[in-house]
Amino acid sequence: MSTVAFEIHDMTVAYQRRPVLWDIDLTIPEGNLVGIVGPNGAGKTTLIKAALGLVPLASGKVEIYGKSYRDQRRLVGYVPQRESVDWDFPVTVNDVVLMGTYGRLGWFRRPGRPERDIAEKCLEQVGMSAFANRQIRQLSGGQQQRVFLARALAQDAQLYFLDEPFAGVDAATESAIVDLLHTLRSGGKTVLVVHHDLQTVRDYFDHVILLNMRLIACGPVDTTFTNDNLQKTYGGRLTILDEAAEAMRQREPLR
Amino acid sequence: MTGLSLTEKVMIGTSLLGGMSGVVGCFAVLRGRSLVGDMLAHAALPGVCLAFLLMGTRNLLGLSLGALASGLLAIAAVTIIVRWTRTKEDAAIGIVLSTFFGAGVVLLSQIQKPGVGGSKAGLDAYLFGEPGNMLNGDLVLLTVVAVVVLVFVGLLFKEFQIVCFDTDFAQSQGWPTLRLDLVMMASLAVVTIVGLPIVGVILMTAMIILPAATARFWTNRLHVMLLLAGGFGIAAGLFGTKLGRGLPAGAAIVLTAASLFILSLLFAPQRGIVARLLAEYRLRKRIAREHLLRALYELSEAQLPELITLDLQTIQDYRYWRSLESLLQQAVEAGELQRSGKTFQFTPLGLRRAAKLTKAHRLWEMFMMQHVGIAPDHVDRDADDVEHLLPEGLLIELEQKLASEGRLPDVVEEVPISPHSLGADKATRP
Repeated sequence: MSTVAFEIHDMTVAYQRRPVLWDIDLTIPEGNLVGIVGPNGAGKTTLIKAALGLVPLASGKVEIYGKSYRDQRRLVGYVPQRESVDWDFPVTVNDVVLMGTYGRLGWFRRPGRPERDIAEKCLEQVGMSAFANRQIRQLSGGQQQRVFLARALAQDAQLYFLDEPFAGVDAATESAIVDLLHTLRSGGKTVLVVHHDLQTVRDYFDHVILLNMRLIACGPVDTTFTNDNLQKTYGGRLTILDEAAEAMRQREPLR
Repeated sequence: MTGLSLTEKVMIGTSLLGGMSGVVGCFAVLRGRSLVGDMLAHAALPGVCLAFLLMGTRNLLGLSLGALASGLLAIAAVTIIVRWTRTKEDAAIGIVLSTFFGAGVVLLSQIQKPGVGGSKAGLDAYLFGEPGNMLNGDLVLLTVVAVVVLVFVGLLFKEFQIVCFDTDFAQSQGWPTLRLDLVMMASLAVVTIVGLPIVGVILMTAMIILPAATARFWTNRLHVMLLLAGGFGIAAGLFGTKLGRGLPAGAAIVLTAASLFILSLLFAPQRGIVARLLAEYRLRKRIAREHLLRALYELSEAQLPELITLDLQTIQDYRYWRSLESLLQQAVEAGELQRSGKTFQFTPLGLRRAAKLTKAHRLWEMFMMQHVGIAPDHVDRDADDVEHLLPEGLLIELEQKLASEGRLPDVVEEVPISPHSLGADKATRP
């Protein structure tokens, strides 16, 4: 059995007391490309944010290479959804990629020659070297996505979380991302990707996490990405979970 | 310090204030928090009055602490309202701001009643600003605050940048985003409050927003924006004080900052209105010129390669023109056409350019018809809209695509074989 890169035990996550993920339990072995699949509102982004410590857990725990996220931050790279930032912010492509190195730099230290070299290499890997000095607003959606990928590469992590990197990108970016995923896998990295396009799941991923507020299934694509499981994932919500969540929310007096 | 005249002191003080509010204003503006500064300023008034009533003197430090206390109270009030009621943040800010300000005005009127001794205290300055009241101690306080704020921003530049741009990502790297955010807010609060007696409660928000918004016109880099905003703030302080003699000083400073903003809005490269209109004008001119060349090509296409002469009327009737005469004149000046009386003829240069344009146009038309499914009688207009903006790389791709489907016989234009052997040049070099 290979090393376990990422593990969730009995995790429940709630926003304002309303649970969005119930009792998730899963294990991802190292060196896999993992698709996180499920309908809108299934809690895919929440799963990632919980793993990164961006939202508090109501219960359970998350382990990265056997330790808590707090201790293993350096091993983790993150690509948030493209819409999550203001693209009119006064930074260049290069500035954004350099941010990937900030975690390792620590307080007060500025990025220097080694960091700039890393950034340059990462931009080259996503085919964006020519745009290093552009303001980020002047890029197309696909190019912006590639900048975010380069920033995650600059984190030089073992475990990557990508939130919908394929959303609204051009064909060139899509194939660039796929190439990148393969490069990462051959480097022994583990990558979890929130993904929307069911058609490409088999082509892109080795493992799949099927999610709809609870964990439907998690395992190798061949055995897990079955019609039966998809039916369970997409065939309507479990209304009882919805109702229970709503009941929890209603108990909060003033909202 | 004592050797300075009042005017010099005022100028130093206002430019210090302008510089630091420009710098902290950048972070507030970029985070969409400009109104927080406004609220802090207004909400500070009751604190100032209460502090005066407690101390009985107009000591800037004491009054500022009072202002800070009521400002923080106001922030807490907004947070609570947003968290526990259905009121949205902007409404909550409006409510808290005006309530605190109202309380402040009532307190101020009580202080200024004869017998309380407040009429001479110069608390009016807090409403509209009065830099002329500046004492040596005030100047020292301003300097200390400016140095502390600038050191913070200098040390934490990288941290502030990442938190402002992408808070989630920053937090995933382990930065204490909440505390960094608080430091940014605190520096905004401190700068706002020391600025109150200089430009006044009502105008202070302009000092936070204007230099930052002005700087944004000129740069796409955060550190340059910070420096520029600081510079614009200093300029507003200096020139506002100097030019505004005899006028209410706070207002003069803010108007100077506003003038800088308007100038930038108009004349900044790329983002300024003039630059954008100019670019638009150039594009339109180019499109009109390209239409002309293509029309002439199509008119003379049947006789090519012979260069026929076309008279003005034929061209006029070919399609709708906005100002044909001047277009033709421009083409003549560019060496694309030859004119004799009322007839025109392509020069070889003009023909070459026209052929290239027509080719691009037709490639795009074919693409639109075959792959986008646009009806043939609509295609000309649709092609017109886009083709002028197509990058060369895309045109080449289009060409290859159509060629691979057998729609275009020759992809590469005829290029004669090189008359000398290639690569020899490199080899003979030492």
